[in-house]
Parts: sequence; structure tokens; C-alpha cells
Amino acid sequence: MPQEDRRKKRLDRGVKVRTEGIYAISAPRDIAYLLIPRLVLILGLLILPLLLQNIYWQKVLCIICVFGLLSLSFNFLTHFVGIVNLGNAFFVGVGGYTSAVLQSSFKLSPVLSIIAGTFGGALISTTLLLPCLPARGIYFAIASLMYPLLFPRIIEALNIFGGTDGVIGITTFPNIWVDQYLVIIVLLVTLFALRRLVNEDFGLILRGIKDNDQAIRASGIGVTWYKTQGLFIASAIGCFTGAYLVHLYGWAGISLFGLDFSIFPIAVSVVGGSGALVGSVVGSLILVPMSETLRAFGTLRIMIYCLILVGFITLKPEGLMRYFTRKYEQFEHWTRV
Amino acid sequence: MTDNPILKVSKVSKSFGGIAAVMHVSIDLCEGDILGVIGPNGSGKTTLINLITGFVKKDSGHVFFKGRDITRLGAHRIADIGIARTFQVMRPYYSLSAYKNLVIPLNSPRVKRSTGGRLGDRDAVAIDLLEEVGFERDTYVPYKVTSALPLGYLKRLELARCLALKPEIIICDEVLSGLSMSEIATMVPLLEKLHIEGITIMMIEHRLRELFQLTNKVIVLDFGEKIAEGTPREITANERVIEAYLGTGRV
Repeated sequence: MPQEDRRKKRLDRGVKVRTEGIYAISAPRDIAYLLIPRLVLILGLLILPLLLQNIYWQKVLCIICVFGLLSLSFNFLTHFVGIVNLGNAFFVGVGGYTSAVLQSSFKLSPVLSIIAGTFGGALISTTLLLPCLPARGIYFAIASLMYPLLFPRIIEALNIFGGTDGVIGITTFPNIWVDQYLVIIVLLVTLFALRRLVNEDFGLILRGIKDNDQAIRASGIGVTWYKTQGLFIASAIGCFTGAYLVHLYGWAGISLFGLDFSIFPIAVSVVGGSGALVGSVVGSLILVPMSETLRAFGTLRIMIYCLILVGFITLKPEGLMRYFTRKYEQFEHWTRV
Repeated sequence: MTDNPILKVSKVSKSFGGIAAVMHVSIDLCEGDILGVIGPNGSGKTTLINLITGFVKKDSGHVFFKGRDITRLGAHRIADIGIARTFQVMRPYYSLSAYKNLVIPLNSPRVKRSTGGRLGDRDAVAIDLLEEVGFERDTYVPYKVTSALPLGYLKRLELARCLALKPEIIICDEVLSGLSMSEIATMVPLLEKLHIEGITIMMIEHRLRELFQLTNKVIVLDFGEKIAEGTPREITANERVIEAYLGTGRV
């Protein structure tokens, strides 16, 4: 067919009901349509460790999940609570140090110290960020960027928590399988829990705050309390990754507050798809291995990496996941005009 | 007029920088009344609402609700005790569908208290509310994402968000402006119905014909000061009001 007398026709699939979250499904085909993408993600992540024979790539998988979690935390705060947090590393550092200090001083079991690091760390970081919470948008972003810069200097200057040497001698996980499956399962649970949460009434209020906090106040709901809870959830996710990393390496140092942990999750969620929570996982699955593969290029690595990122952002600003979701939900075919 | 107004605003003032936006304005709003507030652009009408509802801090003056001093309460506390407001620039939650917009106020502490936490299906209650303000129930309109709704629906959604709180006072900031004649023709009876149901209404409005049809008490603001108060007939005959709107004859 010549170009002029045909055009692409797009149709939305009928199963995608307009009302959010309410599905009227009967046919097995429709159920499969909804289930298959989810199963591919869940089973794929669970099988991946078995397929990777190389211990190096198995460690990379752990890092993928860590950045997936951090990006989920960023994504949740930005797109569902309306807090732009540039200080993800602060959560990593606080969670990591809390866990490490508890482990080394009280000889807690790794399970307990990770749990304590996650929730204790979240409590600490939420409390410390509380004074900045009334600030909106770019103002909170700048304030939050300062936190991970501030704390390593305090640790250095006061020589607490092992100073520049860090906290050493932390119990590591028994084997590589625990390394991987712990973080994979936490990632999957967090992903689906957050997806559920943002459609519950509590999540609706958080999204309302993001859209319009004045209207929330006019509805007789206190904004600060809900923002605090949203921040606590996000920081708990971040603190878990810190606590996990500390036990993965057997060491906690000021590199936990490093800029990588702040900025890389943002790149991950931009590539994966801003606003789509699963985009964080997909973005991490793409960006982290890419960053590892590029090591072969030596000093050119950063340059190539930057170019790819800029390419992604200019060509697909909506993010991969949103693009794929849209394509998946549409039929496309050519028709004669 | 009764001696015991449900809302008593006593000499509130606010200045931004050196400019006095509202100066010593006092209002008595009696239960079941509809009070109109008019004035030229920039006369401080919206600021007055922001002061009453706690969105802007007062420089001086007091506000009493049923005899209780609410001068220092925050915006969400004032909404919580039963004073709901709409915004002149509509503030829906654009990323949510219309009925989900109402699920949010239905989760407010005020509604939870009044229903004892047993509201049941909030989605259904939200759809009922939308129908009350004129959304067609059996169409896709209540399920549409708010950012795709036309202005008339957004104005009604603003009102529905207030109604969700089951308020005692509704303060409307220009709910009729920007609407087409047919939309106004449905909005005015809606406000009348709320009035008959016993809700006290204070409305800022530029559309005087509809306002005068609804109310028999109007106050006029100009440069932050209350320059007149009375029935529509008295207001339209008042020289200071004419001067504020049209200017003086001298050049």
C-alpha cells in the first residue's frame, strides 16, 4: 500500500475499564491479559538468580534491586505525595548506620538489626526532615539535598561511629542466595504494596496533597500529618536499602551518604517512567546493568552513559514503562483511507 | 435579624506589605441566611474569605463561630468545625477522577465523626453527591479524570467537595463566574435548595442579577473597607457604591 491512502488506527482494549481499579472480568483471555505482565515480572525476578551463574552478576542483581527500591521511594514521594526529595542517600546512610551501630554494639542478629535499621532509621530521618516539611517543591528539594552532605562531615569531625574508617565487622548474610532473595522479595512486596496503597483512601489523600494541598486543608484534613506519614513510608524503604547494604558488605562507611545514592535513583525513575511505580523496577533493570557493562569502555564510560541518559530523556520523556503500557493496552492496525 | 449570629467577623484587617487588603471589616452572618459580598476587582473579597477560613493569618480582629473564638485556628481546623469554602480558581485534584475527588473529603475527620466511622461505600456516597450537584449519574462523566472536565463541572465539583463535609456554612468564591447561561440556570436552583435545607451561605459574586435573586442582604467592599450594607435595593441606590463601581463624575 502506498503511504498516502492508509493510516494507523488505534483502539483501546475493552478490558481496561475506565473506573480506576474496578475490573469486570470473566473471560480467561482477559484474566491472562492482566496477569501475564505481572507474572513475567514476579517470576522473572525470582528466577533470575538461578540463571545468573557468575557471582559478579549476582551481586549486580542485588544492586539492581537496591536502586529499584530507592527509585520506588523517590517515585512514591514525588508523584504520589508531592515531595521532591533529592536526598535519597540520607535515608541510605541513616538506615545503614543505625543498623550497623545496633549490630556492632548490641550484637543483634542481622534480621533484627535490619528491621531496627529500617524502622528506627525511618523514624530518625523523618524526624530530622520534619522542619523542612512545610517547604514545597524546589525548596524542600534543596533542603533535602543538604542532609546527606551534612552528616558525613559531622561523622568525620566528631569522629563518631568509627569516623572515616566506618563501622567494621558486621555480620554478613550466610550465602549469595540470601543476599539476592532477601532484596528481591522486599522489592516485589514493596512494589505491590505501594501500588495498592496509592489507590486506597489513604493514598488518595496523599495524591490529593500532591495535586492541591489547599483543597485538602479546605476539606478539613491536616496536610502535615499525612505528609509525615508519606515521608515515613518512603524513608523506611530507603533505610531498608541502607541496612541491607551494610549487611551485604559487612561494613558501614560514609560512602553510604554518597551522591550516587541520591541522584542515580532519580535517573532510574525517569528512564523507567515517572509516576508508574513499576517503572522504577524496569528502569533499574536497564540502567544498572548498562552502567556495569560500560565499565569495559574505561574512561569513556561516563560519557557514553550520559549520552544514553540524555537520549532517553529527550526521546522518551514519559519513560519506558508508560510507553509500553500504552502500547500494550491498544490494538494497532493499518486501515485504508 | 437575630442577636446571635452563627458567624461573627469583628474588625478583621490584613495588609500585604504596605497595602491594606482588608481593613476593619465586620460581618454578622445569621443562621440560614444568604449573604452576598460584592465589590470591584481588588477590593479584598477573596482575602476576606481567606481570613475567615484561616488560609491567611489575620493582622488583627476576631472571628467567632457560634460564640467560639476561631481567630487563631488553622484552615483545616476551621473546615473541621463546619465552615466549608470553594476556591475562585478551582482546586480539584486533577490526576483523580471526579468521584475520587470526593472520596478525599469523605475521609476527613469531620465526616468520620458524624457518621461514627460507618459511612459504608464511600464511592457510592461520592456518586450520590455528584448527582446532587448535577453530574449525570449513569454517564461516564463522574468517572472521568478531573483534568478532562469542562469548567461548569469543575465549579460544581468545588461545591460538592464542600457538601461532602456536611457543613453549616458554605462560603462560595464566585461559583457563578465563567459559567454559561444554561449552567447558571442549574446552579442558582442548587444554591436555593441548599439554602432551604438550612445551610448558611456567604457568596462573593460578580453576577449581580443572580445574586440579588438569591439574597436580600449584601455587603459592598471597596479598597478593603466595607462601604455599604443592606438589601439589594438599598445597595443599588447607595451613592458610595455607585462611585466605587463607576467612579465620580469629576475628572
